[in-house]
Amino acid sequence: MKRLVLPLCVAFSLPACGDNHPPAVSPVAPNAAGLAAFETVREVFQHPRCQNCHPAGDAPLQGDDSHVHAQNVLRGKDGHGNIGAECTTCHGPANPPSAFGAHVPPGNVKGWHMPTEDLKLVFVGLTPRALCEQIKDPARNGGKDMPALRTHLDDPLVVWGWAPGFGRAPVSVPRDRFLAAWETWAGAGAPCPGDATASR
Amino acid sequence: MKLDINGVVRDIDAPPDMPLLWVIRDLAGLPGTKFGCGMAQCGACTVHLDGQPVRSCVLPVSAVGARKVTTIEGISSDGSHPVQRAWVEADVVQCGYCQSGQIMTAVALLEKRPDPTDADIDAGMSGIVCRCGTYNRVREAIHLASRLKRGNR
Repeated sequence: MKRLVLPLCVAFSLPACGDNHPPAVSPVAPNAAGLAAFETVREVFQHPRCQNCHPAGDAPLQGDDSHVHAQNVLRGKDGHGNIGAECTTCHGPANPPSAFGAHVPPGNVKGWHMPTEDLKLVFVGLTPRALCEQIKDPARNGGKDMPALRTHLDDPLVVWGWAPGFGRAPVSVPRDRFLAAWETWAGAGAPCPGDATASR
Repeated sequence: MKLDINGVVRDIDAPPDMPLLWVIRDLAGLPGTKFGCGMAQCGACTVHLDGQPVRSCVLPVSAVGARKVTTIEGISSDGSHPVQRAWVEADVVQCGYCQSGQIMTAVALLEKRPDPTDADIDAGMSGIVCRCGTYNRVREAIHLASRLKRGNR
């Protein structure tokens, strides 16, 4: 009997078919679905694990409250810090062992750094629309088109946001949900929100 | 594992997650590098890996690999490095606890910026905390070391 009911659920999108069945086809227009997906993307980009290295100024941020990095750490021209105080002076090639305790600098195999002075790629404080437009703009995102941006999501420093090491909250949106939202947004033509409401 | 410290390759018997600082001080017997905070926030433990300053208190020894470690004992055998000479001449040291990290960072800074400005020095040295507040003398000594290195004095 169940074998008969299941196709009916899909075919007619019957809401009464129960939770075990595939969801009904969304009546939402592609653009609206894309905009909804972008909100998930935005939440990730403006999570402290991501935005702390994409500040409006030249000092990186740290912590779940995104406070200014201690020790007068600055991005430097190439985004790798200042001579004598490069990011990798303290941030090693991997997260330290948990046994080292909290508040020990995390690390990454790619080498810790932030955007360059000339191409800051600010995430902090931008409206959803401004963030959206910037992400898509090759003149401001390092020359990346949408496929290149998708590839960048697999960059070790990006992936680190979901495995930030002992004592740090990972990005609040699960990575698989983020990637699905990205695909939905990109598939809908990467629409940007039309309003200018502040995001945080 | 084998570790090149100050040009000497040593056999080190240590668990892979032992901080490099422990290896340097306790296993290699080089106590010039100091333990300060244990979380890369004070800079006292700074050494070089292939010439780059790193905080040895938070770096597992397994992450060193083939890179060459240089400690304060390795920049000269007799205190004759220009930065060390400048440090003495400018009478930088007060309590001295941070000086190993200060000098190692200054050495690295001058390698890449032979004639640094005050701003270069402040930006590069800001991660090395001096509890005695000798920052002005640190800056003076780095300018002096720069001149010594360039034969400009």
